[in-house]
Amino acid sequence: MDLTIIGAAVINGVLMGGIYTLVASGLTLIYGVLHIINFAHGSLLMVAMFGVFFLVTKLGMDPYLSLIVTIPTMFALGYVMYRYLIGKLSYGKDENILLITLGLSIVIENLALMFFKGDSRTISMSYSDKMFEVGPLLVGLPKVISFVAAMIMCALLGIFMSRTDTGRAIRAVAKERMGARLVGIDVDKVFAISFGLGMATLGAAASLLMPIFYISPTTGHVFVMVAFTVVVLGGMGSFLGAVVGGLIVGLTESFGGLYLGESLGQIGISLIFILILLFRPSGLFGDKR
Amino acid sequence: MNFNRHPWALHALLLAVAIVFPFVSNSAFVINFGVLALFYAFIGQSWNIAGGFAGQLSFGHVAFFGVGAYASTIVQIRFGINPWWGLPASALAGAAAGCLIGVISFRAGLKGSYFALITLAFAEVFRIVANSVDITGGGLGMLIPMKQTAANFQFGDRRVFYFIILVLTVISVAVALWLKASRFGARLAAIRENEDAARALGINVFVEKIKIMTISGAIAGAGGCFFAQYFLYIDPTIVFGVDKSVEMLLVSMIGGAGTVYGPLIGAVLLAVVSELTRSMFSFQGLSLVIYGTLLVIIIAFLPNGLIELFKRKKRKESGRLTSASSSKEGDA
Repeated sequence: MDLTIIGAAVINGVLMGGIYTLVASGLTLIYGVLHIINFAHGSLLMVAMFGVFFLVTKLGMDPYLSLIVTIPTMFALGYVMYRYLIGKLSYGKDENILLITLGLSIVIENLALMFFKGDSRTISMSYSDKMFEVGPLLVGLPKVISFVAAMIMCALLGIFMSRTDTGRAIRAVAKERMGARLVGIDVDKVFAISFGLGMATLGAAASLLMPIFYISPTTGHVFVMVAFTVVVLGGMGSFLGAVVGGLIVGLTESFGGLYLGESLGQIGISLIFILILLFRPSGLFGDKR
Repeated sequence: MNFNRHPWALHALLLAVAIVFPFVSNSAFVINFGVLALFYAFIGQSWNIAGGFAGQLSFGHVAFFGVGAYASTIVQIRFGINPWWGLPASALAGAAAGCLIGVISFRAGLKGSYFALITLAFAEVFRIVANSVDITGGGLGMLIPMKQTAANFQFGDRRVFYFIILVLTVISVAVALWLKASRFGARLAAIRENEDAARALGINVFVEKIKIMTISGAIAGAGGCFFAQYFLYIDPTIVFGVDKSVEMLLVSMIGGAGTVYGPLIGAVLLAVVSELTRSMFSFQGLSLVIYGTLLVIIIAFLPNGLIELFKRKKRKESGRLTSASSSKEGDA
């Protein structure tokens, strides 16, 4: 096959992988610490993206500038949501959390459907269609920005987790809940902070995604399965895993589309997901349990 | 009448109500409502049998439903086989899919949330395949030609559909009653409550779980056939979409997972809520907002579902008030 086409598929796959990493890093953080599967991840991303959409269209804010709004807002939302809803109502059973977050995602998605109808919306900025030339290939600028931002964010999260007291407390709770409590860590608070952090990364993802992606009440669906795949593939709780997993999934999707066609090409992601769950549930970089 | 002492009186009463219902009014709205409620009850019971009685939480139950819907439609349209044969074919196909997914997932030891996720992924694989191959008609779906004769599983009088889905639902309730009373059901309950302990008691956990996935798959498959024959159109998004999985789960969880009549209560409620919101408001999605909220409330306060409201009083009377979360048995 023509090298240009393969090159385009690689670049496209890598850049999409960056976006998936962005969406999945919050999920992996929440899973790694709380050991819960947040099924509402996609719908909360959708909520954040609608937030960005209105900041851009109503207030004329630049989507990248909206990061300073989305990150703290989503953190607060996540903190409150865990403290007063998910943590309270689940009674510590992870199946309950799965079902509660499923219930939340149904409510959020259908509320969005009621208010915004099913239409897709996009924003267009002056730089939306800006392209680089890399040899014979064209690469969209916003995609490159979101890719770079995803890498920076994962690096920052990694540093945060290893260098700061809060990060250490989070890791302590993730490893040994009871022990953490015994040395004086407020475990419930750490849970809420972790959930908030996961949501904050989702807020960042929303700001970075908006220039490239459309938004509709079901946008979350596009990302839920993919984000789960990235997290499971990379190893739950590992940021390096989220990066590598994101890239593998992005490339799989891109080459699946190239060789199997638009429709059947999507099967690669689900197959990776199934195979990893069956043969290596700890993922590529996860702790073996 | 004390239904506690005479459980058969309750079954008879419910059945009598269900039989009389379509004769109260023959308006299309009423019949359609009845069919819808029973259909939800039937597929909800399918989920309940695996998710409620055996504790195998599936997020992709629609896989079996869709396989059934496609099995009957394909044998009818592509091979010209009478759709009445489609019903057993669908049940068989659904059972095979349930067995296959069960074997693959349980061999790898997946349970709890991991099982939920892998079933979701399997349903997605099925959807993509149905969307991509020729025999299913791809993304365009399949239209069953309209030809209203009884031999063709199509009826001018919608009440016939009502009675068909009623018979199917009665069968599914009978299966649930059997699970409640049999040693097989007791083994499943043991697996649900504590798999390791069940294994220690000598239960072949793997085999029992496969059995129940097969039975549940058969029921969901038959539901798929009914759906295809009733609406005369299927496509991958409708019959393999995550929405149907969620409906099955919601109906069962809200009514009361692991109880015989829980899915019926959930199904009637879902049908009422969706018809009411559709006729009163023009909003899309309001009924699911209500239903999603109910799910959260139920998990928080009534972990055994709405059916608990009916049972609670009884428990107090008989002086064996048990904590709601520890006990899933009941006789309703």
